[in-house]
Amino acid sequence: MAEVEEGATRRDFINVASGAVGVVGIAAAAWPFINQMNPAADTLALSSTEVDISAVEEGMAITVVWRGKPVFIRHRTAAEIEEANNVDLGELRDPTPDADRAEKPEWLILIGICTHLGCVPLGQKTTEARGDFGGWFCPCHGSHYDTSGRIRKGPAPLNLPVPPYVFTGDTAIKIG
Amino acid sequence: MRMKSLIAATVAFAALAMNGPAAHAAGDAIHLEKQDWSFSGLFGTFDRAAAQRGLQVYREVCATCHSLDYIAFRNLADLGYSEAEVKAIAAEYEVVDGPNDEGEMFTRPGTPSDRFVAPFANDNAARAGNGGALPPDLSLIVEARAGFEDYIYGLLTGYGEAPEGVNVSEGMSYNKAFPGFQIAMGQPLYEDGVTYADGTKASVEQMAKDVTTFLTWASEPNLEERKRTGVAVILFLIVASGLFYASKRKIWANVH
Amino acid sequence: MSTANFTNPVVRWIDHRLPIFSFLHHEAHEYPTPKNLSYWWNFGSLAGIMLVIMLVTGITLAMHYTPHVDYAFASVERIMRDVNSGWLIRYIHMNGASFFFIAVYIHMFRGLYYGSYKAPRELLWMLGVVIMLLMMATAFMGYVLPWGQMSFWGATVITNLFSAIPLVGEHVVTWLWGGFSVDNPTLNRFFALHYLLPFVIFAVVVLHIVALHRFGSNNPLGIDVKGPQDTIPFHPYYTVKDAFGLFVFLIPFAFFIFFAPNFLGHPDNYIPANPLVTPAHIVPEWYFLPFYAILRAVPDKLFGVLAMFGAIAVLFILPWLDRSPVRSGSFRPVFKIFFWLLFVDCIALTWLGGKPAEGWYVTASRIATVYYFFYFLVALPLLSIFETPKPLPKSISESVLGGSGGPAAAPAAAKEKA
Repeated sequence: MAEVEEGATRRDFINVASGAVGVVGIAAAAWPFINQMNPAADTLALSSTEVDISAVEEGMAITVVWRGKPVFIRHRTAAEIEEANNVDLGELRDPTPDADRAEKPEWLILIGICTHLGCVPLGQKTTEARGDFGGWFCPCHGSHYDTSGRIRKGPAPLNLPVPPYVFTGDTAIKIG
Repeated sequence: MRMKSLIAATVAFAALAMNGPAAHAAGDAIHLEKQDWSFSGLFGTFDRAAAQRGLQVYREVCATCHSLDYIAFRNLADLGYSEAEVKAIAAEYEVVDGPNDEGEMFTRPGTPSDRFVAPFANDNAARAGNGGALPPDLSLIVEARAGFEDYIYGLLTGYGEAPEGVNVSEGMSYNKAFPGFQIAMGQPLYEDGVTYADGTKASVEQMAKDVTTFLTWASEPNLEERKRTGVAVILFLIVASGLFYASKRKIWANVH
Repeated sequence: MSTANFTNPVVRWIDHRLPIFSFLHHEAHEYPTPKNLSYWWNFGSLAGIMLVIMLVTGITLAMHYTPHVDYAFASVERIMRDVNSGWLIRYIHMNGASFFFIAVYIHMFRGLYYGSYKAPRELLWMLGVVIMLLMMATAFMGYVLPWGQMSFWGATVITNLFSAIPLVGEHVVTWLWGGFSVDNPTLNRFFALHYLLPFVIFAVVVLHIVALHRFGSNNPLGIDVKGPQDTIPFHPYYTVKDAFGLFVFLIPFAFFIFFAPNFLGHPDNYIPANPLVTPAHIVPEWYFLPFYAILRAVPDKLFGVLAMFGAIAVLFILPWLDRSPVRSGSFRPVFKIFFWLLFVDCIALTWLGGKPAEGWYVTASRIATVYYFFYFLVALPLLSIFETPKPLPKSISESVLGGSGGPAAAPAAAKEKA
């Protein structure tokens, strides 16, 4: 639209202005059509899940759903906690002390999605493979997580993330 | 000449549109008085205080029979409530949730992401509780009635003695704004039917106006954003039309 | 295909192997266009742009819509309330249907007045009628999707039209419904078809443009282009003119979207569909009203339906009904009168279609229906024989040079059709 006819000796200001306004208009009109794919207001509002964990015995784990994602809640044994604490942070790919990953040491709460390519790791049931470090093992590409959910071996770059949560009672938590 | 005929075409369309399908309401002569609404006009916005009072009227009067299915408590933030106030309002409702780990449904206090709780479990229960008439959901009531906000206001203030010669059946009420003049809903608003926290006198007209403002918001919570965007878009289009007209003149200057 | 000189080496490399740039240059840039096209010629490209707007908004709406009787209404409300800019996209789509029809109806009346349907453009015109038919089917099925009261009862009434077919009518209707009333299977298939048909329209539009580019645009004088002195390249002359026209057209469109978004709709469609209660006044969308008026004007089910479809069918044979060698109505003094009567007639039918079928409205609808068919089946063939046209200018350039618009300063007033 801003093109000047052949033979014109100077750029025509008005045509450039029109072209620019046209481009701005198209760009502004495009935004709603892009943004409509972002989470809608009702999706954003459904941001917390409350869980009663009183029935989860030591050594057991449950999986709950928060924002459509699996959240691992593991009632760790004393041995598992000790193992998690006795790791030299220097050996870790994503160094974080266990104390920063669990508000109460016996309750480890993690988003159960492998940080490699998004599979759900095994290890919630005692019968499942838990990998070389007693935590979780991702069957897709062989990432091993320890009893604090930290990456120890395999292609995943980061530890299993900890979702935001608060204890609303001794055995009640609110995730999100 | 050509521009003139284009304008004439536009006018013809406008005239046609005026005669469009939405133009005729029920045939009988119902006269709805046009009220002065804060949200009408190109720059209209919702009167927050009126809408908040309207919410009170809805909760204390209408909600006994009418649901508000499409409104979540979080939406009330639009009306000027703080996050804490929204939470407090939500918590006053008992929401059915579940099933829990035992497979039972249970109730819990509402949260902002919950929607208003309907007074009846289903349509049949609502009918049974209202002499066979189904109280409609109010989420879209303003958009879903010919006459829109003026109709709702007219209906709420339209109760009275039936004029001579008009027979009102058992269990029905006379209402001058209702198509057919007989409505199953008894007069809902009475002087001082609610006590407004802000000290506004709760006359029937005042409550009708407040609850209509609230329900208009409920029907179209994006009204303000729509009008705001519209003003900007139309100004942009006028400027762009002007520029492109100038461009067109310039480019066409050497044709003939 | 002319060899354009592209300076960009990447463009040259691609064009040598896949000559899309040469093609575009030829068809959209240097494409010779009569220099005397009036603003009435804007509405073709406007209709094309409306189709694109409808496709974009429709595809984005489909990302959030659920075609199920239990969820359709609520999913539309979710679009209106929760989806980012969902209200805007839906209002554009809702009002876009109306503005698409406005553009197309003006485009068609322009063709009717200037004889754009005559040889050698008969197929171009017929493809246009196919597009209009497809648009009607698409618009009708789209209106069903929100699953409001008007959606449901509109679907019921329109699908029941097919029950007028002798012998197999009932079976056809059951087949359309996928059940014994309009229900979930109906909604589901209407959604599938509503998504499909716009792409079919798009394909027919491509054919429409191929046919157009075979002989080029008609023009307000209706005479053939005699040489390069009669034409100008499409770009930049008509691109800038179309762009200007587009922005002007978007102003009333935006006004409806932002300040009267439900004006062209019906309040009853904000009530969820209820198969047990019919609304007091069933009215189709305004762009169907003239055909609806014709349907109701005939006091017989089968013949009413036939008349309604006949009103469109007659457009297909139009190029053979009007045998006058003169294209443009500007040079046909008697034709002009009949044409404007037809225009008023169509406006009247639109208006009557929105009125209840009672009293004098019925009589008026019958008169208007008779005139509609009279125009095409009687007036045009007879005019072809008896009318003496005014002398035609020798060429476009001669006429353009000949002062203030010359005979091309065509018709004042409006064109609309339905």
